[in-house]
Amino acid sequence: MNNILHYVPLSYYIILASILFTIGVLGVLIRRNAIIIFMCIELMLNAVNLLLTAFSAHHGEASGQIMVFFIMAVAAAEVAVGLAILVMIYNNIRTVDINELNKLKW
Amino acid sequence: MIQLAWLIPLFPLLGFLVIGLLNKRLTISLSGGIASISVFIPFIISLIIFNEIHQEGSVPERVLMFDWIVAGDLSIPFSFLIDRLSVIMLLVVTGVGFLIHVYSIGYMHHDQDHPRFFSYLNLFVFFMLLLVLGANYIVMFAGWEGVGLCSYLLIGFWFKNTEFNNAAKKAFIMNRIGDLGFLLGIFLIYVTFGSVSYQEVFHAAKEFPDGSAAITAITILLFIGAMGKSAQIPLYTWLPDAMAGPTPVSALIHAATMVTAGIYMVIRSNVLYALAPYSSEIVAVVGLVTAVFAATIGLKQNDIKKVLAYSTVSQLGYMFVALGVGAYDTALFHVVMHAFFKALLFLGAGSVIHAMSGEQDIRFMGGLKKKLPITHITFLIGTLAIAGVFPFAGFFSKDEILSKVYAFSPFMFIVLMFTSALTAIYMFRLYWLTFYGQCRGTEQQRAHLHESPTSMTMPLVILAALSTVGGFLGMPEVFHAPHYFSEFLSTIIYRKSELVLPETTELMVMAGSLTMVVLLMGITYNYYVKKSSMPERNERELSGFQKLLSHKYYIDEIYSAVITKPIDKISAFSYKQIEIGLIDRFVNGFGFVLNGASSLLRYVQTGSIGTYVFGMVIGIILLVVLTMIH
Repeated sequence: MNNILHYVPLSYYIILASILFTIGVLGVLIRRNAIIIFMCIELMLNAVNLLLTAFSAHHGEASGQIMVFFIMAVAAAEVAVGLAILVMIYNNIRTVDINELNKLKW
Repeated sequence: MIQLAWLIPLFPLLGFLVIGLLNKRLTISLSGGIASISVFIPFIISLIIFNEIHQEGSVPERVLMFDWIVAGDLSIPFSFLIDRLSVIMLLVVTGVGFLIHVYSIGYMHHDQDHPRFFSYLNLFVFFMLLLVLGANYIVMFAGWEGVGLCSYLLIGFWFKNTEFNNAAKKAFIMNRIGDLGFLLGIFLIYVTFGSVSYQEVFHAAKEFPDGSAAITAITILLFIGAMGKSAQIPLYTWLPDAMAGPTPVSALIHAATMVTAGIYMVIRSNVLYALAPYSSEIVAVVGLVTAVFAATIGLKQNDIKKVLAYSTVSQLGYMFVALGVGAYDTALFHVVMHAFFKALLFLGAGSVIHAMSGEQDIRFMGGLKKKLPITHITFLIGTLAIAGVFPFAGFFSKDEILSKVYAFSPFMFIVLMFTSALTAIYMFRLYWLTFYGQCRGTEQQRAHLHESPTSMTMPLVILAALSTVGGFLGMPEVFHAPHYFSEFLSTIIYRKSELVLPETTELMVMAGSLTMVVLLMGITYNYYVKKSSMPERNERELSGFQKLLSHKYYIDEIYSAVITKPIDKISAFSYKQIEIGLIDRFVNGFGFVLNGASSLLRYVQTGSIGTYVFGMVIGIILLVVLTMIH
């Protein structure tokens, strides 16, 4: 089994995860729609998951994949809470544009 | 009983607390009674101790109260030293103090504030007792400062009058200036001898050579303290102003006890002064100049208490001259005699003022002889005593000082004789003008003339008796009678004075001074009574020199211009320029800078989420990079 996994070099996985992570970060920074931002956060989390699994498979250690379980559970919980807050915001200002949320300032 | 000596200062302290706390609930008899008993019991205890010492001839005993200051090598216990010198001072302080307390019951009868008065009087007696009982310089200094405080409280007793408050402040501040010298002296004692306890210091001092620099410096510094406390030149101007206080205060503090604290201190330190002939000379010269200077001012004063005040300064000068020439037992003798007759004179003056409904100017008195018999006779006895008429107390003590000074330096003797003449003149001037002739007061004052109550006349009588017979405690050798003072104090004095005159010279001195005084008595009688001469009512009647004397040589004005005004200027400068201009600006500057920085920093909070997220990303990248670098 180990042979098959070693056909795709580890560096490909690293590059892929990095690209996904960067796209996620840029999305969080640039996009205005709150839902898109949540999706980008999920993207970042998944990039990390991918990387962890790749490492764990290549080194034969299970701990990386166990960590992925945790991250997925936390991501799910976080999305639940985040979307709930988003709905509350929408109820108040009838939009999900984050540029409207600027009252807590000097 | 000596071991119970701590009871002596305890009673006045309790009296102070009780009367002070009960204040308005006490009647005059109660507050006066408690105060008097609080001084009488210590007097009885002092008598018992005196008896013990007299019989056993016991060595000085130290009564340790408690370890007071302990820091590393420094150990200053709070202990009392009961020896022959302290027991004499105890008797004077408690005895004369008791008489003055009784007198005050009559004098302060109509004053609403009498509980405060008696509590302060008791506090004063407490501190004075600490001063004379202390076994080391620090306990003495505690008492020294305490009597200065009580002097301030009592001079400014009628505090609603600003003039009186100024007089009180002046007394306290001048005292403090002297205290600086005193304190430096104590520090030097500790540095030189490693201890401040009398027994240890004097024992170690005997190893030193004569005229060593350390001991000379110490004695000069201690004398500066005595200058302030005992009103010598240049720190004497507070004493005449201190007459603003009630007359019993003037009698107790500024005649009998506090001002003698400086003399006591020098007698106590006679070992040190004997080893420093240079400072002893300074003491003698300062005393001499003060004696003659103050006597000249007294000639032209018209307030009955001011004359007595300058007389006190002059007599203190006498005592310092005696100390300076090494006649320590003579000085103590004069201290005790002076306590008797000066307290008598002040209390008598108080009686006169009381009878004249508050008038203190002798130009408006006169003819009081008939109306105030007891006051008159006792005041006469006091005047005879201070002028030095045989057989009253002053004759013996003054004559002894004169003889010792003659043996030391004939020039100083002449100056001192001149001062005695002046003393006789101003004292008899006071006496004739107050009691003889026609009463020059208003109709109202004449109607109210009455002899004082017994509480006031009794102390006068007792003090007059003491002034009459007291002299016999110190008979000069020529009379072939024992000099009790000398013998009693011989254990305290380190070096016996070698100043002895041949018999004939001494008799000549005695006869000479006596004749001079009697002559002056006659001349002043002629001038003031027969010719009814009066001190000038009007400023313009005074000639130049008389004006100088009447204005006390303008010394107060000189001090004000030379010392007070420049210090005021420096103080104003420090306040305006340094305090407000520099320091306040600096401290407030911190606040301003902080304010400015935060008003710029707050713009970080833009409120837009995008910016915050961006900040977070930058932070994370920085963290990662920094972790990589390390």
